[in-house]
Amino acid sequence: MKDIIEPYVTPDGRTIGGVLMDMRNITLRFGGVEAIKDISLDIREGEIRAIIGPNGAGKSSMLNVISGFYNPQEGEVWFRGEERPPMKPYQVARLGIARTFQNIALFEGMTVLDNIMTGRLTHMKSGMFWQAIWAGRAETEEVHNREIVERIIDFLEIQAIRKTPVGRLPYGLKKRVELARALAAEPKLLLLDEPMAGMNVEEKEDMSRFILDVNDEFGTTIALIEHDMGVVMDLSDRVVVMDYGRKIGDGTPDEVRNNEQVIDAYLGVAHD
Amino acid sequence: MLYREAGDFKTSYHADNQTFPIRFDRIGFWITMVIAFAVIPFVINDYWANAILVPFLIYAIAAIGLNILTGYCGQVSLGTGGFMAVGAYACYKLMTGLDIYFASEGFVSAGGEMISKGGESFEVTGQFLFFTIAQNAEWTVYILTQINPVIAVILAGFVTAAVGVLFGLPSLRIKGFYLAVATLAAQFFLVWLFNKISWFYNYSASGQINAPERFVSEFAVTGPNTAPWAQYMVCLIFVVVCALIARNLTRGTVGRSWMAIRDMDIAAEIIGVNPLKAKLTAFAVSSFFIGISGALFFSVYLGAVEVGEAFGIQKSFLVLFMIIIGGLGSIFGCFAGAAFLVLLPVALKVIGVDVLGWPTDIVSHLNLVIVGALIMFFLIKEPHGLAQIWRLAKEKLRLWPFPY
Repeated sequence: MKDIIEPYVTPDGRTIGGVLMDMRNITLRFGGVEAIKDISLDIREGEIRAIIGPNGAGKSSMLNVISGFYNPQEGEVWFRGEERPPMKPYQVARLGIARTFQNIALFEGMTVLDNIMTGRLTHMKSGMFWQAIWAGRAETEEVHNREIVERIIDFLEIQAIRKTPVGRLPYGLKKRVELARALAAEPKLLLLDEPMAGMNVEEKEDMSRFILDVNDEFGTTIALIEHDMGVVMDLSDRVVVMDYGRKIGDGTPDEVRNNEQVIDAYLGVAHD
Repeated sequence: MLYREAGDFKTSYHADNQTFPIRFDRIGFWITMVIAFAVIPFVINDYWANAILVPFLIYAIAAIGLNILTGYCGQVSLGTGGFMAVGAYACYKLMTGLDIYFASEGFVSAGGEMISKGGESFEVTGQFLFFTIAQNAEWTVYILTQINPVIAVILAGFVTAAVGVLFGLPSLRIKGFYLAVATLAAQFFLVWLFNKISWFYNYSASGQINAPERFVSEFAVTGPNTAPWAQYMVCLIFVVVCALIARNLTRGTVGRSWMAIRDMDIAAEIIGVNPLKAKLTAFAVSSFFIGISGALFFSVYLGAVEVGEAFGIQKSFLVLFMIIIGGLGSIFGCFAGAAFLVLLPVALKVIGVDVLGWPTDIVSHLNLVIVGALIMFFLIKEPHGLAQIWRLAKEKLRLWPFPY
């Protein structure tokens, strides 16, 4: 068993709690290829946890294991103090884990509003009968959830496009809508797979601000994969570094920055 | 201008969620309803009912059904004809008294009224809930009491929904063309089944099923003596209810999970959509509507049906064409597509044969050519069909005549 870790307060005044998600000795294989080799990492409540590493290091696979898309061959996944048995992704979503994708995975045919409302699916329980006649619980639920969605729309400053079909939006806004859809689920753990890929500096700044605000205002725990080192080092509380499916570093941004193995992985090392 | 969107503010989410958010659309809807319910029944004649209005309404229900499955949930189906047949035969069996046999050898019945089923005679021996029990030396037969035609149609919808779910099971594993072929198998299997097993057509020599005369209060709604207005009203009420249900489902949670599966099934699952539930509910709801349309097609519209002829593969394609031309993922499109494909042959006949004096066969071939060309045109130019053209026209008209 892991030691119980005491909560602490970060220099900027956020409280980091106990372990929310604990991955223990995870190994994931695709046929003969070991994408993840015996990795353990934990994510603590309220923190921003970054996963970095060169291409093909197994970062996205790790995220897919957390979100239930892949089930690892070995190892245990502990969430909120309980071991999580192998699950389908939609069951994991109901536990309170939401994510965004590296390549935007929005529902192109639907409006921004409908996309974000879909994010609230796990909170909507009315039966088909009531929905068919649009009365009773179905209607109050729709209005109630719309209010929550509108708060998120305000928060992410996308009011003007709420009725636009997503297919017509530019890239940067799509990323934001995807974040909104994940937030709509009011997740306990939010996974962001390269939230800033392909953005210009200004868009990156906006996105960084949103990520910090989400963490600060809603207290959402965030795990993110990102290639922009500046962003990672500024945003995250702790960073885990992966290379060829192994964990080569884990700690605060400063610790990681000075880690010999990490420098070797990123800059290369002379073999002689 | 009369039609405007500006200045039509919503102050509650409830108001923003309504079916017709624009005032003018709402007024238009109610005017259409008044004309449909209060004017047309009094002026309708046999030609208008049988050539245009009744088939239009029935096909609109079928198109709504298929559109839910294909347009909203993205599951291609070529089994519409087969599912309509399920609706028709379920409705027939329910209207004529569903009979279930059990072998009970050596039984000798004692006195009572006689009934005959499938060329054999049975002695009525009792009554149990909604069933009449009759027996002969070999069989016990339970016969369901004949049901009100409207309820029979609704129940036929539920039966079809169950069959639809069964044939929807492969959709969990296969997509696209492969699923289309699986539903095509359903189409051929169901037609074969209704030809092969004579229980379905009550052992009639012709293999046809004939709608018996049935009444709602004092008006005949099925059978040969049905008045055109009665046919029309039954179909109209079913269409309005079905369209409202379809609209409510598609704007709510269920509809969003269908569309999520359609647009990106992997992301949908990660968000919390259970793909099994979403796909099977789509199949169930879709088949429910298609079953109702099949039941109406048989009982109210045609009256007598031979399965291969009325519910063959052509019917599947016809309904598919309706939603392609009308607009995938749009309830209005179902009506537009159904109206278009019902009106086209009639219009061509009036213009070609009656006005221009062309031979009938040329005109009917011309119909096929035009439909084929239109399908290609819509698939390439406007996959969202007439509904999208209507939307775009509205957007353009907003600025007309000064677009800059």
